[in-house]
Amino acid sequence: MSQFPDIEPMVYHSKINVPYRWWAGNTASRFYAALRDEKIIMGTKCPACGRVFVPPRKACPTCFTENMQWVELSDEGCVLSFTVARRQFAAIPKNRKTPVIWGLIKLDGADTALLHYIDEIAPENVTIGMRVRAVFAATRTGAIQDIAHFQPIK
Amino acid sequence: MDRAAIIGVGMTKIEKNKVRETFADMAWEAVNKALNDAGMTIDDIDNVVTASSDFWDGRTISCMAVGDASGAAHKNVSCVEGDGAYGALYGMARCLSGSYKTTLVTGHSKGSEGVSSLITNAAFDPIYERALGMDMVTACAMQARSYMHRTGTTPEQLALVSVKNHGNALKNPLAQLPLQITVQDVLTSAMIADPLHKLDCSPVSDGCAAVIIAHESVAEQFRQKPVWIRGVSFCADSFFFGDRDLSRARALAEAAKQAYAQAGIKEPQKEIDVVELHDAFTYQELLWLEEMGLASEATAGKLLEKGEFDLDGRLPVNASGGLLSGHPVIAAGLYSLASVVRQIRGDAGGFQARKAKTGLAHGVNGLAGQSHCVFILDRDK
Repeated sequence: MSQFPDIEPMVYHSKINVPYRWWAGNTASRFYAALRDEKIIMGTKCPACGRVFVPPRKACPTCFTENMQWVELSDEGCVLSFTVARRQFAAIPKNRKTPVIWGLIKLDGADTALLHYIDEIAPENVTIGMRVRAVFAATRTGAIQDIAHFQPIK
Repeated sequence: MDRAAIIGVGMTKIEKNKVRETFADMAWEAVNKALNDAGMTIDDIDNVVTASSDFWDGRTISCMAVGDASGAAHKNVSCVEGDGAYGALYGMARCLSGSYKTTLVTGHSKGSEGVSSLITNAAFDPIYERALGMDMVTACAMQARSYMHRTGTTPEQLALVSVKNHGNALKNPLAQLPLQITVQDVLTSAMIADPLHKLDCSPVSDGCAAVIIAHESVAEQFRQKPVWIRGVSFCADSFFFGDRDLSRARALAEAAKQAYAQAGIKEPQKEIDVVELHDAFTYQELLWLEEMGLASEATAGKLLEKGEFDLDGRLPVNASGGLLSGHPVIAAGLYSLASVVRQIRGDAGGFQARKAKTGLAHGVNGLAGQSHCVFILDRDK
């Protein structure tokens, strides 16, 4: 294709680095306040279909209704699926070393699953359906990392 | 309702790293190939739709950078942020609107120039999920696990998708990664994110594809016999991962159902001759086939083993080599469309299927198939 086969291709290196701040809004702020201050995982229940969502929402995505009721969920649940990163992908936080295990965890009392880490277990021992419990971070700031990870229930 | 047809297609070779072509250079090549294919000049095009992604391109309003090379000067030009299949749907809608007759649709990206893991991580919700560090590969690995658990599909069956599609690519000069490999090669390639090995994953790729869509009133005025769009639909599932049954793709089932109904297809397994679908990862080919009703529930892996989806099988799937053999994100859906168009015209060269009257092309947006777009194309109007 090239009209100039003897031209040496050059490359321009750069980096896009834009600070952002995403206000969490009333719903996620309440979820994170409960997590930070009381180590409680809250969900929202749709008054129409009765489904309980975690992470919580302002409106039910299925029924398109508001007036969600807050409900307290168990910090225990079961693993719906999981994966294990075997490479240090660029998106993995620097303080996490491979193998990193993520799970979709359906907490008792919830109808949807929460995405989080599974730890304190060898990757080959994780199974779909296994029971896990939230381990809360010692220092909590109002973020998803206020749950450090989920551990297997012995 | 009025009908629209695809009357020209153009694709660059898919490559690992196009060091001699910028985004605009790739668009220039694909657009001119499509115009030549159609027997048109740029003056025969009355409007343009480009598909691109700002994050992948590393620039704001990325579509603006390819307009000139797409011949959009003095024309009505619009853009789609997402897979090119959605750009084609938009282009078709413009032709059917009564305002336009001929839409040029392009889609491009250069995976080689960014960092896929960071770009796809940014697709996760910043408040609840992003900080956990998942990306497209780990998201899809989780879906692969769910699908295998529900259906009993085996790692060997996943690997066979890779063997078949890389093998098909040997017959497609535009493919990036033609490979003659075995199931064992796939299973012994490095584990990337369980249960996906390196050869279960599509490569990082650069490429651009263009298609020209025409209203029926002008579709037969140019060089090619039109390939008619008989049905098209797209549906999206929940954004939050944990809301979805990840082992399924309900949005795809719905989109396919609607597209079949438009096309008057009652028995897709019998009436569709060729399929090009979004096989960014091996398991996806099997899951998508089942959700589209092209294989019965939990049987796609077994049918694959019987050779049904081979180039000379009952229903050739990804005869071009698919995305496993070259995956320019955003352009992907247009490559699928263009490959099906070539099949139906009998122009597919080495990867021509024996029977190709009716074809299905498929595009995906979002993490682990959140949104699906299904086109039914046909030789007959």
